[in-house]
Amino acid sequence: MTMSQVPVSYRVSERQDETHDTVTLTLEPAGAPLESSKPGQFMMLYAFGVGEVPVSVSGPPGAAGLTHTIRAVGAVSRALCSAAPGQAVGVRGPFGTSWHESDAFGQDLLVIGGGIGLAPLRPAVLAALREPGRYRHITVLIGARSPAELVFAAEYERWRDSGATVEVTVDRADAGWHGHVSVVTQLVGPSGLDPRRTLALICGPEVMMRLTAQTLLAAGMTASQIRVSLERNMQCGVGECGHCQFGPLLLCRDGPVVSYHAAAPLLSIREL
Amino acid sequence: MTESTAAALAGHTFATGLSRQHIDRLAAHATAIEIPAGQRIFAEGQLAARFWLVISGRVALDLQIPGRGRLIVETLGPGDELGLSWLGPIRQWQFGAVAQLPVTALEFQSAAVEALCDYDHELGYKLTRRLLATAVSRLQAARIRILDLYAVPVRSAGGP
Ligand SMILES: Cc1cc2nc3c(=O)[nH]c(=O)nc-3n(C[C@H](O)[C@H](O)[C@H](O)COP(=O)(O)OP(=O)(O)OC[C@H]3O[C@@H](n4cnc5c(N)ncnc54)[C@H](O)[C@@H]3O)c2cc1C
Ligand code: FES
Repeated sequence: MTMSQVPVSYRVSERQDETHDTVTLTLEPAGAPLESSKPGQFMMLYAFGVGEVPVSVSGPPGAAGLTHTIRAVGAVSRALCSAAPGQAVGVRGPFGTSWHESDAFGQDLLVIGGGIGLAPLRPAVLAALREPGRYRHITVLIGARSPAELVFAAEYERWRDSGATVEVTVDRADAGWHGHVSVVTQLVGPSGLDPRRTLALICGPEVMMRLTAQTLLAAGMTASQIRVSLERNMQCGVGECGHCQFGPLLLCRDGPVVSYHAAAPLLSIREL
Repeated sequence: MTESTAAALAGHTFATGLSRQHIDRLAAHATAIEIPAGQRIFAEGQLAARFWLVISGRVALDLQIPGRGRLIVETLGPGDELGLSWLGPIRQWQFGAVAQLPVTALEFQSAAVEALCDYDHELGYKLTRRLLATAVSRLQAARIRILDLYAVPVRSAGGP
């Protein structure tokens, strides 16, 4: 067994409810910490006695602890979401490819997140906002089902203050909502996109990523200027078991962040 | 028509690809307007006899639902066309519209534009294509929202 296959013990140090089913956990190492992650990478989180699942890092790069934003959808994610401060969690990683947001230095960085898909993008946004002067513009477009299901909502104003344009839209508004009501792709047109000088990072449900990428292509961007984060079931995390195979890609190793150039032909194949 | 109206129309996404002559003809029926935030532009059930090209700001399309209050169905912004019901069989607004942020727009009387299209069929064809594209993209957006993409997927019982 290699080191990356042995979970390291961490403890929940903080817990923040994001929405009715989504929680952000901060984890501190019980002993020696794991190597720090790059934006877009993920960890395998082990809820003792229940199971292990891949979860992206959602905290700032280089932070001492680990931050993960988890939506309760099944047994393991539910167990992680209900972890209380002090509770132990096993962690392996970091795994996978990163956003490489710095490739957009001197250009526009366009970040588009749908639902919980904003979680893997948050480290890239925070990294870019540490040095906003190195980008022409930083734009973050956020889509969610409803205002109550927006993650990191308390931070958008801070991102704006740090130099980003942040636009938020929901599929269904409630009476108190005064923002956009539309599909997230409808925010692209008014965003002032310069298709020749933009790097786009997209994460969300697969259909949302495909439609968003198509909107960007129609606006004149090329597939190699667009990066998406893909998810498949994972087990080993190190390219050995084949669980995360997606066409020719092993997503734990060749992903989760891949160029749309590589992803587009695979996303159009049913049941891959 | 003022020159600034024609220039505003020429700079609007809706007019992309129209000839100078067509822009001038259409601009002759346009009025540049400003709508303060909070002002209702039209109400559900009223006669639908105008449409707008939004230049800046944001408009909320809404519907009053008994027991649930006023719900926003969709928002429109810069580059969007506002008002499609004048094209329908019943020329009544199906939804209301209110300026959510201060709006600048070009306003058109639909009867005048229809008369212009009857006179200049080529312009009529081009406008019809643009209005159809608007309707198609609104329909697709509505369908995507019906899909409820952000909901937790339910694992299917089996089979593709
Ligand atoms: C690289 C990577 C990064 C991820 N990052 C995050 C993250 O930051 N936050 C987070 O909450 N989740 C993330 N996920 C998804 C997470 O791993 C799954 O939600 C988890 O594996 C579900 O396990 P479970 O035992 O709780 O539920 P299961 O019993 O395995 O599944 C319960 C239900 O959830 C659905 N489901 C399972 N996996 C997913 C998925 N990936 N997306 C949508 N629905 C799914 C299933 O279809 C089923 O209906 C990531 C996945 C990958 C591959
Ligand atoms: S998870 Fe085992 S090969 Fe990717």
